[in-house]
Amino acid sequence: MKTFALAGNPNSGKTTLFNALTGASAHVGNWPGVTVDKREGVYKKGSEPVDIVDLPGIYSLSPYTPEEVISRNYILDSKPHGIINIVDATNLERNLYLTTQILEMDVPVIVALNMIDEVERSGDKIDVKALESALGVPVVAVSALTGKGIKELMARAIALPTERKGETVLKSLSKEIDFLTEFFYGKEVPSPMFHAIKLLERDEIEIKHRGAEDALNAALEKSAEDEEVAATAEPIDYEAYIADARYKYITEKLSPAKIKGAPSGTLTKSDKIDKVLTHRVWAIPIFIVIMFFIFHLTFSENLFYLNGFTEGQAWMPTLVECGLAKEIDGTVVYNNFGVELLAVIYDGALFSPGVILTNFLNLFLDHISSGIVTLMEQGGAAAWAVGLVGDGVLGGIFAVLGFLPQILVLFLFFSILEDSGYMARIAFVLDRIFRRFGVSGRAFMPMIMGFGCSVPAAINTRTLADEKERTATIRVIPFFSCGAKLPILTAVAGSIVAAFGVGNADAITFLMYLLGICAAVVSLLLMRNTTLKGEIPPFIMELPAYHAPRFRNLMIHLWDKAKHFIKKAFTVIFASTVIIWLFSHLNWRWHYLPDEQMQDSIIASIGMFIQPMFTPLGFGSQLGAFGWVFAVAAITGLIAKENVIATFTTLAICIGAYFGAGTEEGIAETASLITAIQGTTGISTQAFTAALISFIAFNMTTIPCFAACATAKGELQKGKFKWTVLFWLSSSYIISAMVYTIGAFVWPLAVWIAAIAAVTALIVLRNTGKFDITKIFKRKRKGETEK
Amino acid sequence: MDKLLSELNIGESGVVAKVAGEGRLRRRLFDMGITPGAAITLRKVAPLGDPMEVNLRGYELTLRRSEAELVTVEVTQ
Repeated sequence: MKTFALAGNPNSGKTTLFNALTGASAHVGNWPGVTVDKREGVYKKGSEPVDIVDLPGIYSLSPYTPEEVISRNYILDSKPHGIINIVDATNLERNLYLTTQILEMDVPVIVALNMIDEVERSGDKIDVKALESALGVPVVAVSALTGKGIKELMARAIALPTERKGETVLKSLSKEIDFLTEFFYGKEVPSPMFHAIKLLERDEIEIKHRGAEDALNAALEKSAEDEEVAATAEPIDYEAYIADARYKYITEKLSPAKIKGAPSGTLTKSDKIDKVLTHRVWAIPIFIVIMFFIFHLTFSENLFYLNGFTEGQAWMPTLVECGLAKEIDGTVVYNNFGVELLAVIYDGALFSPGVILTNFLNLFLDHISSGIVTLMEQGGAAAWAVGLVGDGVLGGIFAVLGFLPQILVLFLFFSILEDSGYMARIAFVLDRIFRRFGVSGRAFMPMIMGFGCSVPAAINTRTLADEKERTATIRVIPFFSCGAKLPILTAVAGSIVAAFGVGNADAITFLMYLLGICAAVVSLLLMRNTTLKGEIPPFIMELPAYHAPRFRNLMIHLWDKAKHFIKKAFTVIFASTVIIWLFSHLNWRWHYLPDEQMQDSIIASIGMFIQPMFTPLGFGSQLGAFGWVFAVAAITGLIAKENVIATFTTLAICIGAYFGAGTEEGIAETASLITAIQGTTGISTQAFTAALISFIAFNMTTIPCFAACATAKGELQKGKFKWTVLFWLSSSYIISAMVYTIGAFVWPLAVWIAAIAAVTALIVLRNTGKFDITKIFKRKRKGETEK
Repeated sequence: MDKLLSELNIGESGVVAKVAGEGRLRRRLFDMGITPGAAITLRKVAPLGDPMEVNLRGYELTLRRSEAELVTVEVTQ
C-alpha cells in the first residue's frame, strides 16, 4: 500500500483534512500545534487504498522543537510514497516557506491549497496554474471542511511519479550547496541536498555529521575565493540570508498568484472580536467571567439564583415543602414518576444544564440497577450473587458513569474555547503572568487541557521548545484536576454538605480547583528556582483568526472523550470494582463474608495496615474502625481516578447496610459512610470536614492514574520520571497535611507560614549566592512567594 | 528612521532591517517570517503591557518585548 504523509503549518487545517480523508475522528482545534504526534489512517475512496500519516504541524524543518524533529525524521527515514503539503491559502506567504524546504527533499510532493473557499469569500483569487508552474509540483485547491477537491487531490497524489529530485529556490547559493551536496552524497544519506542546505544554516543536527564542520569550512572558503568582492564584504550570515532568500522568492514568484479583491487594511470580523477579547482593560475580567460561566453552567445547583445568593436564603420551596415528596428516614421518596422527573430539573432551585443531565442519567441508571436486582431476587439468586452484581458491579460502574454528563459539558465548553481561537488569545493575555512563574503563555494550553485529561495534556507539552519548561509543566499537569477526579470532588463535597449540613458544594468544588492551581503555581516557582532553573523560554506564537466553532469538530471532541470514559468504566473500573468487592467479601481463608462482617475481610486488614500512613493527613487512624475505606480508595485511585468513588460506593453500600441506612446513589452513599464513621468515633465535624477536604486534596495532587504516569514517563527525559513520582507523592502529602492541620486545629497555620517563610528565605539566599546549601533542601517542596 | 520593534507605537508600520540575537531564538524569528525586508505593523499590546501582537506576511504573530528588542525596524508610517 502506498503511504502519503500530510505535512503543513500548524492550524492550516491538516487534521481536518486527515479526518476528511480517513474518516477518523482525530482531535481538531484552533490552536497552533494540536497534533503533536503522528497518526495513521487509510483513505479508501480512491482507485486504491492508501495509508495517510498525519505529521505534527510545523513552520519549518529546523530542529528546534520535538515536532519539527519528528516530521523531518519521518520524511527522511520512512521514505513515504509522497508528501501532501497542505497550505493555508489565506496565509500563503508563511505557509509556502515550509513548502520551499520540503521541495528540497528527494520525495514526490503535491500541494493541497486548503481553505480556498475562505479566500474566495473574502473576494480574493488564487491562480492555481501559476502557482503550479512556479513550484514545479502539482497544486490542487481543496476545502478540507466541505470536502471540495479532495477526490482530485488524492487521484493526482496516487498518480505521482515514484521518484523526484529535490529542487531549491536558493539559486544564488548554488556553489556552496553543490559542494556540500557532494559531501553528503558521499555519505550516502537520503536527500543530500536537503542536508547540504541545512548544514549551510549551521543546523544543530547536520553539524554533528562526521566531517561536516570541515566540509562546511571548505565550502565557505571556496565560495569566498571565487567571489571577487569577498575581501571587502563582511562574511555572509547564511542563516539570515537563506531565510530571507526563501521569503524573497515567495514574494516575487509565488505571491503574484494571489489576486487581491478587497483592499487590505480593512477590519475583518475577526479583528473586531479581537478588539474586545484582548482589550487592555476588559480582557482579564472577560476571561474570568467566561471561566465563571463555564463552571456555573456545569456544576451549579442554583442556576439563576432563584434560591438566593448564599446558603440558607431558600426563596423557593423544595419538592418536599410543596407536598410532592416525602422524606422517610433521610431518604426522599417522590409521590409519582412525574415528580421524580421534575426533581431532575428543580428541587428548591433550578439546576444547571450539567447537573440536569447528570440527574437524568442517574435516574435512568437507578431504575436499571434496581430492576436487575429485583429480577435476580425474584429469580432466587443467592445473596452473594445479588450483592456482587448490584453493589459490586453495577454500583461501582454506575457511580462513575453518572458523572459522564458533567465531564462532557465541561469538555464541550473547553472545546468551544479551543476551536474558536480564544485559547490562543488567553495565552497572549496571560503570558505576562505565566512568565512570573517561570513558564511561557504557551504552557497555558497543556495546563488547561489537564482539566480534561492529563494524557493529551502531557503529550501537548511537545509544543514547548524548552526542555526544562516541559518537565516542569508535565509535573504540574495532574494538579489541574482532570475529568476523572471530578467525581471525587463532587461526591465528597456533596456528602460534606449532605452529612453535616454545612458549606456549599459549589464553593468547595471551586475552591478545590483553585487549590490545585495554587499548588501548580507554587510548584512551578519552586522548581524553576531550584532543580529546574533556567531562562524563561521565548513566546513567539501565531494568533489564528477567530472562527465560529464547527459543530462536527465539537461532536468529534465529545465523542472521543465519551468513548474513552465509557471504555474505561467497563474495563479497568469494572475489573477493579469486582476485585474490590471480592476482597471485601472474602477473608484470608477465602470464605464468603456477608456485608455485616466486612471488617474481617482481606481488604479491611490491608486497609487497616496502611491506614496509619494517612493519620497526618486526617483520614488515617483517627477515623477509627471504618477509616480504612479512605486508605483503600486512595490506593485504588492509582489505577484510575474514577476508582476512588467506585471503591467508595462499593464499600459504602456494604457499610451502610451494616448500619441499616438506606442504599441511595452516589453522594448519599458517601454521606452515609461519613455519618457511620462519625457515629463510631465521635470525631468533631470540624476535624472531619478538614479530613475530607484533605482527602480530596490528596487525590487531586498525588500520583495520577496509570495512563497519565505512562504518558509522563514517555514524554519526560530519561531519569526524570522517578523524581517526578517522588515530587507528586511529597507534594500531595504536604498539601493534604497542611489542609488538614490548618482546617482542624487552626494554630498550625502559624507553623506552616513560618516553614514557608524559612524555605523561601533559604532559596532566595541560595540563588543570590549568599548562602550555599547542599542537596539536603532538594526535597523540600513547599513555599516560595514572590520575591 | 530606525527603531526597535519593541519601541513602535501601536498602529505604526515598518520594514525589518536587522535581526539580532542568536541560535534557536533568532532561527524561530526567521521561520515565523521576521526576515530583513518584511513589512511589519504593531497591532496591539497585551493588557499587562507584554507580549505584543504584530501583523506581518498576512497573519498575526505574538512575541514578547524582550524578543522584539532583537528586531530593528525602519519605520515607514
